[in-house]
Amino acid sequence: MIVHELSIALSIVEAAEEESNRLGGRRIRAVHLRVGRLSGVVRRALEASYEMACEETALAGSRLVIEDVPVVAHCALCDANAPVRSIQDMRCEVCGAPVSDIVEGRELLVTGLEIEGC
Amino acid sequence: MLTEPRLVEVRRNILKQSDAGARALRARFREARVCVASVVSSPGSGKTALFEHTLTRLGTTHRVAALVGDLATENDAIRLARSNAPVKQITTGTLCHLEAAMVATALEDWDLRTLDFLLIENVGNLVCPSSFDLGESLRLVLISVTEGEDKPLKYPTIFNTADLAVVTKMDLAEAVDFDEQALTRNIQAVRPGMRVLKVSAKTGIGMDEFIAMLTSHREECVPPASHPADWR
Repeated sequence: MIVHELSIALSIVEAAEEESNRLGGRRIRAVHLRVGRLSGVVRRALEASYEMACEETALAGSRLVIEDVPVVAHCALCDANAPVRSIQDMRCEVCGAPVSDIVEGRELLVTGLEIEGC
Repeated sequence: MLTEPRLVEVRRNILKQSDAGARALRARFREARVCVASVVSSPGSGKTALFEHTLTRLGTTHRVAALVGDLATENDAIRLARSNAPVKQITTGTLCHLEAAMVATALEDWDLRTLDFLLIENVGNLVCPSSFDLGESLRLVLISVTEGEDKPLKYPTIFNTADLAVVTKMDLAEAVDFDEQALTRNIQAVRPGMRVLKVSAKTGIGMDEFIAMLTSHREECVPPASHPADWR
């Protein structure tokens, strides 16, 4: 069964190629990605899929640099944003109240490209 | 000449294309005034049995239809077609989840205005479907009493992307020593405040409440059409 990370890796390659074209077709050495813990993406599966998705594209041989983004939710009790204990225990890390208003941790974003200098 | 690579900041949402597809579907559903609910679960949790019961029951008062996703076979569509509701199978080949584009393709030749409800059965999988929005207004996650009460802790992401949990096969609860408190505690740990319904499609336990939940959800997501008589 194909993992969904492959679909996602293909989208990353596509997005990076578009950005690279916009930058004048420079060679991309690495793609920086923010991956939320609730994005449903498994890091190792994504890394393996990325290599496959890069084959025969302008990104062949490039690296994927993944930044793991913990879940942050708005806590009504603290009236502030705070990290949650874990995705198995969705409580405010500060006061322990259950939280459901997630403000960070679902994202899947390309945040930067390492390109060859001029 | 070798030069140091430099980092260029960009900001690209990777699921944007898929999300755009989901947004387009959601707009289409709203315009057609059809209430769309999707269901995710492990294989064998009773999605199709719940659909069979729901299509038959809801079909007496509403216009209902279903899309069912599987890697292969038309078996589920054949099973559901016995309810006389329009049913279409989406076979994904090797793909482990449905995406908005597949739903859009499957619905190409359907006039959604002729429907009150569309139910979408995702591929049996508790991992991959969590990253993909299908344009539905309600996402249900099913867990059967035979699966183990710690499933929400093992698959927190799918519970987090769902709106409501449905515990299925309640008729087997006693036979398998189902620990309802433990499951409720685990659901609330990964998704505080999540509503949980308990059903058995086989015996009908909890099905009244399940159908009532769907119809009241429809009232919320599809406001009643303004009647010409109201225009005065």
